[in-house]
Amino acid sequence: MKVTFPHMGNAWIVIQTLFESLNVEVVVPPSNSKQTLTMGTRLSPESACLPLKLNLGNYLEAAKEGADTIVITGGIGPCRFGYYGEVERQILRDAGYDYEVVTLEPPDGSLLGLAKRIRYLAGKDNSWAQILKALRFAYRKSVAMDRVEDLIHAARPRLPIPMETEKLYHDAKRRLAQTMSDKGVQDTVRWVQENIRERQEELGTPPEGFQKPLRIGIVGEIYTILDPYTSMGLEEELGRLGVEVDRSIYLSGWVGNHVFQGLAPGYRSIKSYPSHAKPYLPHFVGGHGQETVGAAVKFAQEGVNGIIQIFPLSCMPEIVAASVLPKIQEAYKVPIMTLIVDEHTGQAGIQTRLEAFVDLLERADLQRGIGQTRGDVLSVEGR
Amino acid sequence: MREDKYFLGVDVGSVSTNIVLLRSDNTVEETLYLRTQGRPMQTIQEGIKLLRAKMRKSAEIIGVGTTGSARQLAATLLGADVVKNEITAHAVAASRVNPEVQTILEIGGQDSKIIILRDGVVSDFAMNTVCAAGTGSFLDQQAARLGIPIEEFGPLALQAKHPVQIAGRCSVFAESDMIHKQQLGHSLPDILAGLCQAMVRNYLNNVGKNKDIQGPIFFQGGVAANPGICKAFEDELGQPMIVPEHYGVMGALGAAYLAQEKVGMRPEMQSRFRGLHLAETQFQAKSFECSGCANRCEVVEIMQDETSLARWGDRCGKWSVDVSADIRTGIKELKGGQRGA
Ligand code: SF4
Repeated sequence: MKVTFPHMGNAWIVIQTLFESLNVEVVVPPSNSKQTLTMGTRLSPESACLPLKLNLGNYLEAAKEGADTIVITGGIGPCRFGYYGEVERQILRDAGYDYEVVTLEPPDGSLLGLAKRIRYLAGKDNSWAQILKALRFAYRKSVAMDRVEDLIHAARPRLPIPMETEKLYHDAKRRLAQTMSDKGVQDTVRWVQENIRERQEELGTPPEGFQKPLRIGIVGEIYTILDPYTSMGLEEELGRLGVEVDRSIYLSGWVGNHVFQGLAPGYRSIKSYPSHAKPYLPHFVGGHGQETVGAAVKFAQEGVNGIIQIFPLSCMPEIVAASVLPKIQEAYKVPIMTLIVDEHTGQAGIQTRLEAFVDLLERADLQRGIGQTRGDVLSVEGR
Repeated sequence: MREDKYFLGVDVGSVSTNIVLLRSDNTVEETLYLRTQGRPMQTIQEGIKLLRAKMRKSAEIIGVGTTGSARQLAATLLGADVVKNEITAHAVAASRVNPEVQTILEIGGQDSKIIILRDGVVSDFAMNTVCAAGTGSFLDQQAARLGIPIEEFGPLALQAKHPVQIAGRCSVFAESDMIHKQQLGHSLPDILAGLCQAMVRNYLNNVGKNKDIQGPIFFQGGVAANPGICKAFEDELGQPMIVPEHYGVMGALGAAYLAQEKVGMRPEMQSRFRGLHLAETQFQAKSFECSGCANRCEVVEIMQDETSLARWGDRCGKWSVDVSADIRTGIKELKGGQRGA
């Protein structure tokens, strides 16, 4: 058995770790690219959303490296993602690929069913104790990954040379992917922190009238938020425009809530979103629609300068959320912009919208005046 | 002396390239409107050539701003002092013309946008670049199909007695529906007025959705020349449309104002403008796909003779020789302190 899985941002680091610690052979597909999308689009129904198209592309690319089993997570409710496992299985079969598909979800909400599937993947050689240990380690790595992402979000607008920041991020990801010990994981986080602090110190005292970077909260469909290829490098681009971003969903927060059924909180737990969403969207609409609304409310209450919602074309839960967001914009007087992506989205169009949005926030911020302390400005300790 | 100094604003879009020459007393000296026709570099050069023919020998350009979808390209060729997106440029131009303006409806050849201003500051915006049913080229096509010059489109529409209902959701439906109405024997003015209404409905549903449209409303972009569309907007919104004098070149005008803002801030600053002789300079553009990582960026490079003037399109900064790197920081200088660095 050679296991593969679809890409979603940095999730590969965690999934690879899980299987490697169980000695299961795993194929990490080549990162999402134009080629991935082209291959996937060819097999997909025109109206399918972007994640499905990229998933299929990932499998085709992984098949070239000998993968024969696919592991994906499932979902419930009106979002199509819930049956992607099945749809993808059939599309691949029709296209002549002999793939087995294992959906990691708690079937009928029972953790026992989930355990059975994990057991199947792990094979006979692994004891339950080993499986649990591997799960726990992978999970801790994912929390660390989220922590690193957050540090990079804070560093981007504060460090002068974007290329160096991206290199730091890249190196940190490589380190995290390689290490197989808790110490290695913790060291990497510390290493990133140290690195940022040192570079800031080199910069010396900021001049008079120094301003805290703008803050933008990113909400929307999980795949689009977590996968920089899909979002056209949204976070990086904003960082370069001098903005610190925060997002509604981090991988470990989502895994903790959905796969482990809330047994683990993860980084920036997403549990509180439904209650935040209550006044605007009191019920579940599938996917992350309600979380999007809840996160927008939470961000607004925390006083971010602006909010960006991003989702793939035709994503129903997000369309519902998008129709509610203007009320939040009105209630909290916080600008909210919606971006929709599909395989025809051009970088230039996204760029223009982001620049204009940041212009809008900067002009508004200018009038609010300045007067932050050095501590405020240099703090990258996360919040 | 001062009156011989000018600011140049250039707006390069996919359909048209607009150029504005602004006097230092804030009045417009010259406006040019050229068709881009898929050749932005040549169009920009041709524009400069036309401009030079009109300017006095002693005239001097002391600040340059660019905007539009090819703003980066234009900035490289011209040596711009400020590069800004279209939303900001249009908003700046409109609020300079009338500080009271609260809404800008802008419909150009390829795209359309709405900008909401409060107290002279952009507070909300939306733009639509994919749906062709709400843009100038749609009107051009329909006028051609009906065999009337586009200039007569608006005046004829105004003569309508009973505008017909035309499906405006999509340009394909609108077109077939229009043909159908024509076959039923409706009069030309009634059909034209119906088209105007369909287009306005489409715009308000797609671009203007959820936006708080309040007066005074500016209507700008090439389509503002069409009184039929103007009337359809007025009927739909119950408010008068103000069409500013330079409605067709507001983006370029905004870019010129932005250049003026920037230079005015620091009088000792030397413009990067490369001179009016750039019409004779040979530029080459090429692009390649980087294979450095999975991003596979499409990198664009502009060369003059054998030297590289600028490269962009890479996500990681590996290739950028970015003319605009320090232009982009303009707004930061404006605050007297850099952001975050
Ligand atoms: S330019 Fe940089 S980010 Fe783009 S493909 Fe090359 S190495 Fe990757």
